[in-house]
Amino acid sequence: MADIFEILTTLGFWAATLRIVSPLIFGTLGELLCERAGVLNLGIEGIMTIGAMAGWMWVFQGGDLWTAVLFAAFVGGIFGLLHASFTVYLGVSQHVTGIGITLLAVALSSYIFRMMLPEVTTPPKIVPFQIYEVPLLHEIPFVGPVLFSQTPLTYLALLLVPVVWYLLYRTPMGLAIRMAGENPVAVEAQGIDVLMVRTAAVVAGSAMMAIGGAFLTLSAFDAFYFGMINGRGWICIALVIFASWRPGKALIAALLFAGLDALQVRAQQVGGAVIPYQFFLALPYLLTIAAMVVMSRRTAYPKALLKPFRRGDRI
Amino acid sequence: MIRLEPRERVPIWLAGTAPIVAIIVTLVLCSALILWAGEPVFQSYLLLVEGALGSKFAISETLSRATPLIFTGLAAAVAFRAKFWNIGAEGQFYFGALAVTWIGTGLFSLPPVLMIPILFLAGAVAGGALLYVPVVLKTRLNVDEVVTTLLLNFVVILLVSYLIEGPWKDPMSLGWPQAAPIIEQGELPKLLERTRLHLGFVVAIVAAIAVWLLMKLTVWGYEIRAVGFNAEGASFAGISINSTVIRTALISGGLAGMAGVSEVAGLKGYLTLDLSPGFGYAGIAVAMLAQLHPLGVIASAIFLSAIFIGADSMSRSSDVSSYIADVVTAVSLLLVLLSVMLVRFRVRWS
Repeated sequence: MADIFEILTTLGFWAATLRIVSPLIFGTLGELLCERAGVLNLGIEGIMTIGAMAGWMWVFQGGDLWTAVLFAAFVGGIFGLLHASFTVYLGVSQHVTGIGITLLAVALSSYIFRMMLPEVTTPPKIVPFQIYEVPLLHEIPFVGPVLFSQTPLTYLALLLVPVVWYLLYRTPMGLAIRMAGENPVAVEAQGIDVLMVRTAAVVAGSAMMAIGGAFLTLSAFDAFYFGMINGRGWICIALVIFASWRPGKALIAALLFAGLDALQVRAQQVGGAVIPYQFFLALPYLLTIAAMVVMSRRTAYPKALLKPFRRGDRI
Repeated sequence: MIRLEPRERVPIWLAGTAPIVAIIVTLVLCSALILWAGEPVFQSYLLLVEGALGSKFAISETLSRATPLIFTGLAAAVAFRAKFWNIGAEGQFYFGALAVTWIGTGLFSLPPVLMIPILFLAGAVAGGALLYVPVVLKTRLNVDEVVTTLLLNFVVILLVSYLIEGPWKDPMSLGWPQAAPIIEQGELPKLLERTRLHLGFVVAIVAAIAVWLLMKLTVWGYEIRAVGFNAEGASFAGISINSTVIRTALISGGLAGMAGVSEVAGLKGYLTLDLSPGFGYAGIAVAMLAQLHPLGVIASAIFLSAIFIGADSMSRSSDVSSYIADVVTAVSLLLVLLSVMLVRFRVRWS
């Protein structure tokens, strides 16, 4: 137990937590945006996968890192558009469409990767984003090396939290998005196109998820592996529920999860001889389920989540 | 802008041909991937069909690959009928595989007539038990079953990894992480000489017929369909939603667990971590392709399995990657969704 507390005081633990949390922030905020507009996006796992592949491939083909991020976002947006055309415009089951999008995006990622690199056995590497030390701020003791010595995409993830909050709570667009997820008829009564609002939210949200995937290949690692998303997308869906669909709470939830993940890696080294490593790997999933149980009384889903809207419908 | 109008009457021919049209459009769309590989489309598909159905052995391979897909397809079809979103068939598959490994590797030994049914029963109980946790959380505390079933998949796979690297590791396996082989009395007999097609296929067909009869003829089946169609209405009519959903989940998890039994005791002989290349997730595509009809599941499982076996053989003799089979699965799932929609609604441009 004392060892655990010792881990918590190390710089490495906190820096790792911020590294692990970055893709989760992109994914959680993306999913949050979709669900706030009333659309569950189970395509997240696949969209993160194809974002990771697309971003990596862009750099591998000679593109630079920032355009790779944009390209990943663009590809994610395309899949978001596909999801929205099915679920928003045609009102098809959001569950099944989402699973279909995930299967499609994962399959296409594998196929494209295999076709472009048919011969390789070990995944080739690229030069990823390097750590950018924010001038002056990184010299602050403890906080500096943790918070201000990260890769640029981590700063972007952290900045996205207030941006999404501002968008949702302080702009007319955000009001329309939240209303589309609570009471679409009222949005329609204001002369706003519900279907357009929902589509925009799903496309933007999916683009964020894809950047979250690209973080893994462009920032955290330097290569693309099959199965590298490894359930992060599903975790994001749980985090959205855990955060009661609020951006600020989403950041806290993601940080808690990432901290736990960073802790389990380090606890493995301490307790690995006694407890099997699989237990530590399973711990974040089990605690996520436990957290959902604890929070279950307080979850208030957006009222129109999963409900397709057809113009002229009455409640 | 587009507008959707419900059709007053759906012509039978339209409902019947929709999935077939969806599959044809899928193959047309996926031909772009073949062209990209620089291969001739028609010939490649011909190679694919030949690889899947061109010989007795090819057909036996297709049917043995279809076996777990029939089980997981049924698991999804039953659960989705009640609008219970069990996305955890992958985990339930492995839980079934764990159960059959525990009992079938020497816990006790009985003649095959008794041993084999016991193994299937154990797998079904294990699969159902695993899904019992999410369904109780769903009905008691309204915890979203999509997330819990998905996350349990990862937990179960880690449990399998622990067991076959640790306490259950076969000392005879030369260091490979795998469990001890199933004893002879528990092995599912082969249906054809010199093929891998085994009794599990027959069990899968029987399971499909049983589920079909259950859904069509029994009160349970009626309640499952009623709850899925209109939960409020069903509740008003005196059907207990919670107990219906729990029952549905136990059947669904049980079917997925039987898939694990069939793969371990019928095909592979022992438990490994690569036992399932995503059978649980593919089962969702199987179920949707069959429009959740239990007998249709048999046909759609054989179709998707043929695509996988055919793509494997095609990729050996051309530049097309075998991952094309996964793309076909996903695209056909999405297009069937679309086609079912277009059968029920008429699209009006205004």
